[in-house]
This record gives sequence, structure tokens and C-alpha cells, in this order.
Amino acid sequence: MLKTRVIPCLLLDGSSLVKTERFRDPKYIGDPANTLRIFNELEVDEIFILDIRAARGEEPRYDILQECVDECFMPLAYGGGIRDLAQAKRLIGMGMEKVVVNSAASRNPSLVRELADHFGSQAVVGSIDVKKKLFGGYEVMIDGGRTGTGRDPVEYALELRRQGAGEILVTSIDREGTWTGFDVPLVKKISESLDVPVIAHGGGGSIADIREAVRSGGASAVALGSMLVFQKKGLGVLVNFPERAELEKALDPGEDAV
Amino acid sequence: MITIVDYGMGNLNSVKNMLKRIGVPARIASDPASIESAEKLILPGVGAFDPAMRKIRDAGLGEPLRAKAREGKTPILGICLGMQLLTEGSDEGTEPGFGWIPGRTRAFRGRIPDALKIPHMGWNETDLKRSSPLVAGLETGARFYFVHSYYVDCAEAADRVMTTRYGIDFDSVVQRGNIYGAQFHPEKSHRFGMRLLKNFSEIAPC
Repeated sequence: MLKTRVIPCLLLDGSSLVKTERFRDPKYIGDPANTLRIFNELEVDEIFILDIRAARGEEPRYDILQECVDECFMPLAYGGGIRDLAQAKRLIGMGMEKVVVNSAASRNPSLVRELADHFGSQAVVGSIDVKKKLFGGYEVMIDGGRTGTGRDPVEYALELRRQGAGEILVTSIDREGTWTGFDVPLVKKISESLDVPVIAHGGGGSIADIREAVRSGGASAVALGSMLVFQKKGLGVLVNFPERAELEKALDPGEDAV
Repeated sequence: MITIVDYGMGNLNSVKNMLKRIGVPARIASDPASIESAEKLILPGVGAFDPAMRKIRDAGLGEPLRAKAREGKTPILGICLGMQLLTEGSDEGTEPGFGWIPGRTRAFRGRIPDALKIPHMGWNETDLKRSSPLVAGLETGARFYFVHSYYVDCAEAADRVMTTRYGIDFDSVVQRGNIYGAQFHPEKSHRFGMRLLKNFSEIAPC
């Protein structure tokens, strides 16, 4: 049976890994390649690296990413600052399994089509940062959460899918780094509307949270930040990963599964 | 020395990087002479069936590969699309495959419940059907990373080494003489994939 993927989602800022809370206040976590080496030893399912500085318009740090790729014997996805096919070719060529697109895809949806035509949909992750609106409803934000688009996340997810995205990463800005659980209603709305995997991100703080995103939210995978790089909320850095047996017990749907 | 065949499809560096980590000498080659002189071949591949077969043909690699397969001495391992190319043909296209593994490559679409997403992407388990040097030590508890929308369906049960369940049971590892195939990506499958590639590196030429 296909296993639910539990994905460390690591934020690159310059040459350091950091962790933010609600997209603000980056705290230093460690050296990227060293951290990746630890996650490789923990045999995690897959890793996402999102460069929050490149996302604001800088080039991806190919030098650091190559060191990361060399440490990883699992699928690795990269997002941050990808605006064209040439950048994506360089990233895939160095050994990245997937590229993650966000702001540039919002401004130019045909970028997703171009990448999917070239690498196949399985290599293109559409990333959506979502903020709750003051008077209800959700809005898609870009540029690291700083620019509102006025768009509805479900409608936008469908457009990314139409353009060829093979997976959708849904990040709740309001929950990111808070340990308060995923925004399950948001994840559910999007997963119900799509025929491709939805990865829930933002707020995961426990195995129970992961289980809820999968069982109630319909997520195919979850991405975790704080929970995998801190001992506990408010405590120091500790790269960790839940016991596989514990995860499987929480996630496996049992005998009726196909 | 393992020769990784570069025909312009898929990421060869990941395979090479893992072989390097486990201390197995490897080279990437895209010319017929390197295939003729190879002791062991890996045929990787990500992408679509027809473009892959055409690229192999256009690069002049089809004949030397067929000669190696016919001769029956050089172990050849097809990975993902590379495994599908070993079959007679695919639902994905119209080009004939190499046909070294009797059987066809079929589409998941229409053969698995609609609730299951395509591609089959992520980590899954395997069931051992028969022993093979390729999977020594991986008989139980191993998991592997898959990404594919088509699967191999062996015509002869004896070629079936491992199967995996995704709506249906499909062939995830095959072997027929010196021809080996793995549907998953060993190069992305941690110590399980390392073990498989190490096993392949230790298979003696027939």
C-alpha cells in the first residue's frame, strides 16, 4: 500500500536554514548540508527546500543546493525564485526530483505548463500560500506572503492543475510555525476539488495533527517544519523525525485500504 | 565498472551519486563504443516511452544494447522507464520496446479504482515472488520510491521477482537471465535502494 508521505520542509535564507513563524521572524536552524545529512540518516520520505530569500527575487543558491542533493538519497524538491525553464533545467539536472513554483506561476501561469511539458507533471509542484481574510474566506498571497492576489485558493489550485502541476503544496500562512495544527478545512476544500496529491503545510505540531490532515483533510502528504527542527515549541533546535512505527500506526487506514 | 546509459532522458547524476556513495565505480556514456565495452549496464529513464525508444535509436545505441542482451553475459538493469523499455511495448506509445522481458507495459488508468491518484507516486512496499540476486537482503520490510503512470505486466510468471500493490498487483522487480528491471527508483530509496544497487554491482557476469 502507498504510504502517506511525511516531508520535512526546510527554509533556506542565504546560506543558512531558518524557521519562521507566520512567515516572519526567521530563527537560525543550522547548516543546510549538515541538516540534510541528518534527515538522510533518519530515512525521511522526501524533502522540500524552499528558499525564502530567492522567493523575493534572488537567484537560487545552486552551490548550496548541489551540496544538499549530494547528501540526499530520497526525493528532493526545491522552490524559491524559479521563473523560467533554464533555472528548472539546472535544478533537475543537478539531481532535484521536483521544482516548486509559487509567485512566478501566479504572474505567469504558462510557466507551469512549460515546466510540465518539459519534465512531466510529476516534477512540478504548484505552491499556494494562503491567508485568512479579515471577514472570512481565504486569499492566495505571493512574494513570501507580502502581496495579495485577491484570488480564491480552490480556483487558483484548479488553474495550477490545468496548467500541469502534478501536486499542490498548500501552506497556511496563519498557522505556519505555530504548532497549532493544519488548517484542515482549507486542505479539505482543495483536496476535494483536485485529482492530484495535495500536501498540507503550516501548523503541524504532532502526529495527531498529521493524522487529521490526512484523514479529515484528504491530504496525500504533509509537510512539517518546526516539529522536525525544534525539540518542542519555544525550545531549542533538534533535528528529529517521528518513529516510523508510530506514524504508520496513526496513518494506515487498515484492512479496507486498496 | 558500471556503465550508465545516457540517452537524454532522466537524471543520471542521482544514480551515479548513489553508486559513488557505496563505492561502486561508474561512468555515464552516450556512445555505442562504450556500450559495446561495458561490463554492466544501467538503463535509467524518466519520461515517455516513444521518445525514449527513438532517442536510443537515433543515438545508435539500440543495436549495441541488443547485442549485449542477446549475448546474455552483461547484466543489464532497467530503472523506472528503463524497465518498461525492456518489455515488448507500452500503452503509452506505438514504438516497439526491446522485448527482452516478454509482456507489456500497461496504463494504470482504467485498471485501478478512480480514487487512486495517477501517477503512483511515493513510497510503497514489495512482495517477493521468487529469489533473485538483485533483491538479496530485501525480501521483507523494504520500501521504495515510485513515480509512474504505467506498469510492467510480465507474460511469464517466472520473470516476476517482486510485485507491488496499487489498486492492482503489478510487477515491480523483474529478472530474465541477465536482464533485470526495477520500477521504483533505487537511487532515491535510501539504504533499500543502496542495497539493490550494491547487489547489482556484485552480480558476476554470466
